[in-house]
Amino acid sequence: MGEPVIKIEGLCKSFGTNHVLDHFDISLFRGENLVVLGKSGSGKSVLIKCIIGLITPEHGKIHVLGKNILTLNQTALDYIRVKVAFLFQSNALYDSMTVRENLEFPLRRHSIQLSTEDANGMVMEALQNVGLEHTVDMMPSELSGGMRKRIALARTLILRPEIILYDEPTTGLDPITSLEIISLINQIQEKYQTSSMIISHDMKCVKLVANRIAMLVDGKCYAVGTYNELSNSNDEKIRQFFND
Amino acid sequence: MLALPEDFKAFLHETGEIFRFVLRFVQEGFRPRYEVAEFVRQCFMIGYKSLPLVALTAFIIGLVLTMQLRPTMVKYGVEVQIPAMVGVAIVREIGPILTALIFAGKIGSSIGAELGSMKVTEQIDAMEVSGTNPFKYLVVTRTLAAMLMLPILVILADAIALYGSYLGVNLYEPLTFKLFFKKVFDNLAYIDVVPAFVKTFFFGFAVGIIGSYKGYYSQKGTEGVGLSANSSVVVSSVLIFIIDLIAVQIADLFQ
Repeated sequence: MGEPVIKIEGLCKSFGTNHVLDHFDISLFRGENLVVLGKSGSGKSVLIKCIIGLITPEHGKIHVLGKNILTLNQTALDYIRVKVAFLFQSNALYDSMTVRENLEFPLRRHSIQLSTEDANGMVMEALQNVGLEHTVDMMPSELSGGMRKRIALARTLILRPEIILYDEPTTGLDPITSLEIISLINQIQEKYQTSSMIISHDMKCVKLVANRIAMLVDGKCYAVGTYNELSNSNDEKIRQFFND
Repeated sequence: MLALPEDFKAFLHETGEIFRFVLRFVQEGFRPRYEVAEFVRQCFMIGYKSLPLVALTAFIIGLVLTMQLRPTMVKYGVEVQIPAMVGVAIVREIGPILTALIFAGKIGSSIGAELGSMKVTEQIDAMEVSGTNPFKYLVVTRTLAAMLMLPILVILADAIALYGSYLGVNLYEPLTFKLFFKKVFDNLAYIDVVPAFVKTFFFGFAVGIIGSYKGYYSQKGTEGVGLSANSSVVVSSVLIFIIDLIAVQIADLFQ
């Protein structure tokens, strides 16, 4: 295993009396695909939103690329966010902008000196990675669900991140499109050597992308292992995810 | 101890939240980075695209007001004072308040719905992750654009309403354009024009900040987006009347 690019220690987050994360610990190592598996509403999305700084936890440490993001100022946090991309469950494409403008948005915010030609080249390369060069001047409303997901993935890639956080990347997609997205996730990891944390409860996705699986149960990291290790476990809480 | 009704508590809570939102607007508005390009784009979207509706309603109001006033003025033999009377009514009250209410209906609902939709589809979060301060990019630009565009729209609306009135007068008796506007301006003083103009900045601020607040804190789901749009119009319209009431009291001190 390589060095940890994300290291979470004792993370706690509550909403009222609901303790969503209760001293959660996990590390994501360089170059691996780590899937966080848990039931709906178990706090998986809260976990990765804490990592990117969208939700502030009550306790704990989140080290991303060696920096505790909970102690960073806004400028330093924005610098980390260049290296950590986030694929939203709802894709979160800006629906008033074209595909090109969607992809250029993070580029323009972080690379003010970028020329139009350079920006255009980076947009087209990101679109080639997801096989959708022809959609460059289309609006998000003109795209299918699978295409929107791929465009959102292209947008996460445009700043060449070291880490990608995927929030349920196959939710709401048909089985064929799900397989295409899973394939893209694996291709991206191979091509750019990214480290990925993938939130999912889609077991087909889990089986095909996970190098390791962390199980989030009752706010804690209940178990960590490979797909084979966990699928052969005798623990009832683990087994219920792997029963067909 | 007497307990406060829940609705009143909710009202106080929301008032406090809006006040905090305004304070944040002031803090973020003066701090770089300045979103100039987005501000200019919003000025175009908010100002230019509201112009046809504002112009049409202003023209009709100027015309109708003149036609409605005429029988009474004729009855008392003072129809010659119609331009002066319409001029004061439009510049001091009807132009600003009518334009602001139309602006609240068109722009307040649009800002509330747009930001509400962005909130529930995680676009605001995506913006933050992209290294953009969404409050600056969405709220500050829209509110400043509303503050700048509404006074300009009111000036145009006043001019168009007066032109409508000029046509209304000419339906019954010929009056030259020059003489009509001479009668209008002879009767207007600075105290009529300046407070009426100044209050429109506050009307624009109310529409922009309330639309942004309602959208930015929209509840989850499409119902939340609808409620944001609706309550943006209702709250900003009520605020416009309250600001108008305060502005009249202050203007009266200088009479």
